Amino acid sequence: MPSEVTIPLPKTEADVLHIKRIWKAFWVLLVLTILELSLGLLIYNIDLGADPNEHLVLAIKGAICIFTLAKAFYIISIFMHLGDEIRNMVMIIALPMTLFIWFITAFISDGASYRNLRNTDGGSRTYKEQKEQYHHPLVYPAEKSEKRLN
Amino acid sequence: METAVAKTKTSLWSGGRSPFNVSYGKMMMWFFLMSDSFTFGAFLISYGSIRSSLNQWVDHNYVFNEFPFTNGANLPLAFVSLMTFILIFSSVTMVLAVHAGHKMDQKGVEKWLFLTILGGLAFLGSQAYEWTDLITSQHEVLVNGMIQHWGTTVSHNPWGPDVMFHGQQIATPGPVAFGGYFFGITGFHGFHVFTGVIINTIMLIKTRRGDFSKRGHYEMIEKAGLYWHFVDLVWVFVFLCFYLI
Repeated sequence: MPSEVTIPLPKTEADVLHIKRIWKAFWVLLVLTILELSLGLLIYNIDLGADPNEHLVLAIKGAICIFTLAKAFYIISIFMHLGDEIRNMVMIIALPMTLFIWFITAFISDGASYRNLRNTDGGSRTYKEQKEQYHHPLVYPAEKSEKRLN
Repeated sequence: METAVAKTKTSLWSGGRSPFNVSYGKMMMWFFLMSDSFTFGAFLISYGSIRSSLNQWVDHNYVFNEFPFTNGANLPLAFVSLMTFILIFSSVTMVLAVHAGHKMDQKGVEKWLFLTILGGLAFLGSQAYEWTDLITSQHEVLVNGMIQHWGTTVSHNPWGPDVMFHGQQIATPGPVAFGGYFFGITGFHGFHVFTGVIINTIMLIKTRRGDFSKRGHYEMIEKAGLYWHFVDLVWVFVFLCFYLI
């Protein structure tokens, strides 16, 4: 059964603006992702060094988290059009999401506390953190390709 | 002014219309996505909780450094960035399909939906490659004083910290939880992408049959679009938790 193709509605000025906004959001997401990647590669290069600065790495990871939240905001508000809905609608979605603030804080600190208890046998001894060395492929270039199963 | 505000408020809640100014279907899709985000959130936070309870995890830049057709070259982050770009791009084509639907532009909806489906399939293919590579490539690991070769699976993690063994630096078994969390969460996300591709394919068929033109609106495309963007949104966080931090 051949379907009848309806004639599209005429293109208005608002449509042009809307499409512009979509592509703008795309470029913002792309730039944010590239920023995240360059920070990720920066961490990789810091870790390659002899004595990586852990606080610096942690700060970079924090920056990456902020970029991720910005990306989430753009996807939800422009791609999912939540920004165009009325306040009631925005709030009914956004407010339950604030539970995540508690969720993340509680469970990450729970994990950290468990780690501390285990390392110190419930606080009965002191724990000295050891620096772990991970295999870095730059040091062993042939390591990966040789050990293929097939 | 104040009375005017009060008046709109009463009319918003006095019946006869949605107080949220959206249709029933879209509202329920939002509620479903909200519940789904708590499911994903629970997975990711459980992962974060276990990870922060351990003294060591894995070095993701070392685990994920494979790119197809480069013969095992060391390219950290490269393949997963490609996957991220694919998903962002398919999100744009989806939002353009939704816009074409608003304009009752059947040909436009078909074109953009088709591109979205292609993007989804490209993502799934990339993920299949990534999983296959992780599971099948073997890595030297020192287990009970013996050198063994392990792939990355839900029960084996060859990415632990290094020790010296007969003058050679060699990895030890890492936390077993890594494989379970990685394959579990990316698998659950991949399953969402797969479902999204199926939903979009059904939408494409229905659009081609002219179902939505006959109905007079393309709201189904909007709902499928919400789901598809949510899949992209989840990937943003999976990407953060497994590959970046």
